[in-house]
Amino acid sequence: MKIHEYQAKTLMAARGIPVPLGRAATTVEEAAAAARPLIEESGNPVVVLKAQIHAGGRGKGTFQEHRDLRGVNVIADGIDGGPEAAEARVAELAAMMLGSTLVTVQTGPEGKVVNRVYLEQGIDIARELYLAVLLDRSVSRNVVMASTEGGVEIEKVAEETPEKILRQEIDPAIGLADFQANELAVGLGIEGDTAKAFIGFVKGLDRAATELDTDLIEINPLVVTGGGQVMALDGKMAFDDNALFRHPDVAAMRDESEEDPAEVAAKEAGLNYIKLDGTIGCLVNGAGLAMATMDTIKHVGGEPANFLDVGGGADEGQVTTAFQIITKDPAVKGIFVNIFGGIMRCDVIATGIVAAVRNVGLSVPLVVRLEGTNVEKGKEIIRESGLDVVAADSLRDGAEKIVDLV
Amino acid sequence: MSILVGKDTRVLIQGLGRTGQFHTDKAIAYGTQMVGGVHPSRSGAVAHFEGETDHSGVPGRDDNYSVDLPVFATVKQAVAETGANASVVYVPPPFAADAIMECAAAGLDLVVAITEGVPVADMIKAKRYLADKPTRLVGPNCPGVITPGECKIGIMPGYIHQRGRIGVVSRSGTLTYEAVYQLTLNGLGQTTAVGIGGDPVNGTNFVDMLRMFEDDPETEGVIMIGEIGGTAEEEAAEFVASGMSKPVAGFIAGTTAPPGKRMGHAGAIVSGGKGTAEAKIEAMVAAGIVMAETPSDMGEAMARALG
Repeated sequence: MKIHEYQAKTLMAARGIPVPLGRAATTVEEAAAAARPLIEESGNPVVVLKAQIHAGGRGKGTFQEHRDLRGVNVIADGIDGGPEAAEARVAELAAMMLGSTLVTVQTGPEGKVVNRVYLEQGIDIARELYLAVLLDRSVSRNVVMASTEGGVEIEKVAEETPEKILRQEIDPAIGLADFQANELAVGLGIEGDTAKAFIGFVKGLDRAATELDTDLIEINPLVVTGGGQVMALDGKMAFDDNALFRHPDVAAMRDESEEDPAEVAAKEAGLNYIKLDGTIGCLVNGAGLAMATMDTIKHVGGEPANFLDVGGGADEGQVTTAFQIITKDPAVKGIFVNIFGGIMRCDVIATGIVAAVRNVGLSVPLVVRLEGTNVEKGKEIIRESGLDVVAADSLRDGAEKIVDLV
Repeated sequence: MSILVGKDTRVLIQGLGRTGQFHTDKAIAYGTQMVGGVHPSRSGAVAHFEGETDHSGVPGRDDNYSVDLPVFATVKQAVAETGANASVVYVPPPFAADAIMECAAAGLDLVVAITEGVPVADMIKAKRYLADKPTRLVGPNCPGVITPGECKIGIMPGYIHQRGRIGVVSRSGTLTYEAVYQLTLNGLGQTTAVGIGGDPVNGTNFVDMLRMFEDDPETEGVIMIGEIGGTAEEEAAEFVASGMSKPVAGFIAGTTAPPGKRMGHAGAIVSGGKGTAEAKIEAMVAAGIVMAETPSDMGEAMARALG
């Protein structure tokens, strides 16, 4: 699960990790009203207005409705004009940003609608660094990654100048050791009191990762201020969905408006669904088989409309919901059900399909391939239902049949 | 011979819920030596299983079975009383990593964790705990391990298997079944089939399995099934190129998966340009692995690899 920058910063601040002062707003009035207290509290007449969406690259991103407007805007009107001028400018920009669609390198060309902005104190930046805590699968541990190349895409740094990325593995029984944090500070060329601040920062980040079960905490950029402070100028957090049961406070931060409504409905029903651009709806058990089913449809000349894994122990109700989600997509011109039962029993799937078709109705061709646990019972249920279902013998056979029918 | 499990494997069950009971019953029907259960608050209970024997499994058994499994409070007690050397974990996600560690503390040779949805942080700790212990973990989030005709641990349907010449290792459960069934239909059969699981942190990886199959005299070739995310397939390809004499066939799922989207498995995600199907297929082809174009061609690819 992803959260917004302002939420990530709240979680960091609560753990003593330095972040700029800021206030989130969903309306123009709220945004404007936030300027004066922020300026007074920080003592800096400069503020920064940032679009809050679940995607990076906001600083360089532009709005579909306002080609010249970026997702992050430094507002310096307060220097000469005082808080009133800052307020006026914040209101003007917030009015353009809220409700408009921001397109960044990470959103895809369709962009994302901005429902919330974050107004932050301006920061006097001396250096921009990169810092992240994430899982390294090859060692089955979290690692800290740091780089002097902050504010740019880290993938690019990794590709072009991999020597500029520093790495420390975290022993789960110990956490990030002081010497490791110190090695990072030395590697980044940070000295004196700033090094102390950095060590505190990175150890705090490691603790936050453990306490909150994050998949990823990424601070890009991490800044050293003119005064030698270390601060998270941006903050991104993603969480391990499997551990959210331990963190109801984090789970409550979910912003469903950032997610595809069909994907949200699927998740609520315990299904894994991802919308794609094709015409052939897929209902499969098992993530690997679901991916392979999409691959095979494409291989025989079709385009999958979705990824849908009904999981290991789906019941009739879930199968019906899965059918509803697939048939709701107007692009779907045919459906391929591909089941190789292990935990999943073919008779349960078959009963679900029959019930779903009777409930939801079916106006497109349906190809069903069943194999595995209780397969004979499953086939019998479909045969006896009298429904117009095309049976397939294998994955490839089924993919070819549905592509032909569509 | 075979690897990991065989006639002498004596198996405990942890997690006697609906799913655990269902598959314990199927395992007994197949002929697996299930010897006891572990449940912290049901010590002294007996779990009863009876039904019709699955004759696709261990040969030479009666048509019906009736088995009473004693339930113990701890894995150590269960091992002392039953001589178990393996365990299968169906314990719910919040408690699964603990169940795995308990098996290692009790000195079991093998623990197979079926549970899906174990928190990553729990697995990082469990894996560290297992690092200096001889216990091998397969999974979590996996279908299990089967040596056809000898022992079935996990949730795979028994009847699709046929004892034969090929080792199967896969990150995906249902794709394992696809490969296994094709090998049964084309007569090559399996020595042992292992699902290593779809999570980012798991106990046994491709290289571990390839090494075991390479050392197993009965195994003549290996099918390796990967998917997008991580670099485990690339590491396996390196091992195949440098350390394997036996032919290997392969398939990678997720060629059409869009980047940044988690494809069901916690580990199946293309992010930051890493973990793409293309990179994996390229590495595997370079290592001399014969790739199947679609999952329906895996058995045929293995036959080609054998020459």
